[in-house]
Amino acid sequence: MKNVFEPEWEGFEEGRWCGSVNVRDFIHRNFTPYDGDESFLTGPTEATKKLWQKVLDLSEQERAAGGVLDMDTKIISTITSHGAGYLDKDLEQIVGIQTDKPFKRSLQPFGGIRMAQAACEQYGYKVDDEVVDLFTRYRKTHNQGVFDAYTPEMRTARHAAIITGLPDAYGRGRIIGDYRRIALYGVDKLIEDKKHQIDTSLVRMTSKNIQLREELAEQVRALGELKTLGKIYGCDISRPAKNAKEAIQWLYFGYLAAVKEQNGAAMSLGRTSTFVDIYLKRDLDKGLITEEQAQEYIDHFIMKLRIVKFARTPEYNSLFSGDPTWITESIGGVSVDGIPMVTKTSFRYINTLNNLGPAPEPNMTILWSKRLPINFKRFCAKMSIKSSAIQYENDDMMRVIHGDDYAIACCVSSMVVGKEMQFFGARANLAKCLLYAINGGVDERLGIQVGPKYRPVEGDYLDYDDVMEKYNDMMEWLAGLYVNTLNVIHYMHDKYSYERLQMALHDRDVKRYFATGIAGLSVVADSLSAIKYAKVKVIRKDIEIKNKKGEVIDIAKNVAVDYEVEGDFPKYGNNDDRVDRLAVDLVKNFMEKIKKHHTYRDSVPTMSILTITSNVVYGKKTGNTPDGRKIGVPLAPGANPMHGRDTHGAAASLASVSKLPFRHAQDGISNTFSIIPDALGKDDKVFVGDIDIESIAKELGGNGNDE
Amino acid sequence: MLGYIHSTDSFGTVDGPGIRFVIFMQGCPMRCLYCHNPDTWEPCIGEQRTAQSLIDEYESVKEFLKGGGITVTGGEPLLQIDFLIELFTLAKKKSIHTCIDTCGITFDPKHHEKLDKLITLTDLVMLDIKHIDNSRHKALTGKENINILAFAKYLAANNIPIWVRHVLVPFVTDDEHFLHELGFFLGGLKTLKALDVLPYHTMARAKYEKLGIPYPLGNIPAAAKEQAAHARDIIMQGLKDRLRNNEK
Repeated sequence: MKNVFEPEWEGFEEGRWCGSVNVRDFIHRNFTPYDGDESFLTGPTEATKKLWQKVLDLSEQERAAGGVLDMDTKIISTITSHGAGYLDKDLEQIVGIQTDKPFKRSLQPFGGIRMAQAACEQYGYKVDDEVVDLFTRYRKTHNQGVFDAYTPEMRTARHAAIITGLPDAYGRGRIIGDYRRIALYGVDKLIEDKKHQIDTSLVRMTSKNIQLREELAEQVRALGELKTLGKIYGCDISRPAKNAKEAIQWLYFGYLAAVKEQNGAAMSLGRTSTFVDIYLKRDLDKGLITEEQAQEYIDHFIMKLRIVKFARTPEYNSLFSGDPTWITESIGGVSVDGIPMVTKTSFRYINTLNNLGPAPEPNMTILWSKRLPINFKRFCAKMSIKSSAIQYENDDMMRVIHGDDYAIACCVSSMVVGKEMQFFGARANLAKCLLYAINGGVDERLGIQVGPKYRPVEGDYLDYDDVMEKYNDMMEWLAGLYVNTLNVIHYMHDKYSYERLQMALHDRDVKRYFATGIAGLSVVADSLSAIKYAKVKVIRKDIEIKNKKGEVIDIAKNVAVDYEVEGDFPKYGNNDDRVDRLAVDLVKNFMEKIKKHHTYRDSVPTMSILTITSNVVYGKKTGNTPDGRKIGVPLAPGANPMHGRDTHGAAASLASVSKLPFRHAQDGISNTFSIIPDALGKDDKVFVGDIDIESIAKELGGNGNDE
Repeated sequence: MLGYIHSTDSFGTVDGPGIRFVIFMQGCPMRCLYCHNPDTWEPCIGEQRTAQSLIDEYESVKEFLKGGGITVTGGEPLLQIDFLIELFTLAKKKSIHTCIDTCGITFDPKHHEKLDKLITLTDLVMLDIKHIDNSRHKALTGKENINILAFAKYLAANNIPIWVRHVLVPFVTDDEHFLHELGFFLGGLKTLKALDVLPYHTMARAKYEKLGIPYPLGNIPAAAKEQAAHARDIIMQGLKDRLRNNEK
């Protein structure tokens, strides 16, 4: 990239970022930390109110129409597939929607044509015959590729839901493009940089190098289309953004292009607020805009993110308990040299929860550090109480691994923006794995042999050492199968549904994480604790094995289907080491087993404990467990204790969770914490803790106390 | 020695300053009609714990307890005063802020040697005054309030900071005359630092059902926050009248 100081950069401090793509360097040379309070913030403008009312009206119509207002059934969504669309062209400061009409869901068949068809049919639409034909006969999808390569064992494990939520029929998501690059450099410079990357790539044609060259070529093509998307909305994004409005708009075009091409399980935004603040501050200092305008840009930008929608099936929605897009925006954090990266725009982003009301998207995530300014902490706490819409993550922990320009994808996955990406791997159900260990690989619901036919547990009572030995063997099997299943998925996703635009906004040599995940942590910990500290009696039964039509084709004999717990046992979530230790060991143990296996594209294996929503579905697919939980009862979300079993208050519960080793669960550990505002302390109207009898007496002119 | 402990809560936000480790002690001589912890009435049951084990439990979560400390409540914690002395002695060695949430019923104006010791280890007393009128107090709790009021004066005389709590129950403790009188009494407590008027809630109903005890307050509705705030204003008025006139 030529080292030229572009005219659009006037007023910015020069640095390494001028001669090479280096957004972090730009931010650190130019951002202005803010440690004041929220009093500078402004409310919504008239235009914002009108536009938001329009969104509310459309949402109402969408609900009335059964969940979907309109669907594209013919035009395959690409970066440039649609003409311009608006909520209200005259009022919008930030423009661009996924199709030509707001709330119209786009058609994205590259992940899988059947998923696209099912999503349409569910809402009374039908994908155009030609498109179906095209994606059945002529253009293979990711889904087809995966199922061509799956082994029968993988299919059975998937069917029984011991590995579950796999991105084999939908987009894997979890990749964050560095959308800020578009604003800072303009697309032409990024293309120039990518071409240089191609010119300097290895020319010995191994499959690895061929794959890279092909991908880089696709990336350049995607960047070209991105420029066209700008033109469709009348913007020339080939050059850098010259003011704040353009910076937000350029950045948003990048994100928009990504969601036009990828219906990913989580399409996160990155870490943009402090970057945008540099532009807003430059304009405000020059007197070009007012605070109201600055807030209006942010409000309109966030409004656009709130109306990102995908066509999804009811099964998908039940897995994720709704229709989430996981547009996570990471806010705050502290720089590696100790400066809080909170700016006024960090406040402005959160202020959208006031101006537009609370909403789950975008998923505002505070990168929390002890060293964040107290005013910002207070504002976050206040807004959490008001909106329940803020997520918190431990910056002090993640900064050690990722530095200070990382962001969160989905809910907890951390990655350096533009330099690291991850292969999303859903999760393995360790609670079910424990039941397989007891039943020698036979599924407790279906009666079929899913895992290897190991020796089942014998006798009426479970013995801790016996169960642990068998559980270890079964986890060994599960880890291998799980990693290999994911290898198939990511190979095919790269091949048939490559995220070319998002990867165009990455460096060439990215670090790839191979994300795995576990479900059922607290159920397993409690089950093992029950087996160890109480007595657990096994109840066995014959199970009818049914075929797809529901006809009984076989009987599985003597399957352990229920458990009676005699006596009490320590439960995870009470800061009791006897059981917390079991949870810690489980995390470490399974991660070590994962690490033994080859991972696609030299990716680094990580693990998450984060099922925030899918735990409900997993509960339905997991039989009775030795902790006394019954089939159908949801597993606890993420690393949470089982519902109602943490009886020593929140701090003890959090202390249990905080023992889990981040080193072995680097893709994130989540804990869902609900509390009624009253339980956070006293309402100041009823309670005043600062009575001073003597000063009251003085005020009243009396003689003070008579005692 | 061992204490009879009903349970602990590692995240108490309404039982003293900051986020606190709260110890619910077993046993109470009063039978307040609105009691929301009937499961702590019976003495000498529950888990038997050493003071050290409770301090250890506090220590294991202290990272979360910023600006807090330990609060003993119940039940009536002063029933186990020897245990409290042991517990607070350990707590003070570690400079932990200590608070007793009590109704004061065990106070004996003639013999309070143990209490004299305990209050040297106590940073704050949260005193529940159920009713200022003795006969109504008896009807409400089963006990007279004479020693309770004497206890309040004793604390003030010994310079122990007091937070007074009063539960506002519609038809039972909302008579404005008595609220004013309560305030008048409080005006005489020179170490009074806070006044907390709690709106009565009916969340304990399920507990009574579980324990097979008929719910004493029948269908009396929960009090609104506004009612509690209004009651507090009246109490404060009584307090100010005391200080203004400086006579009674």
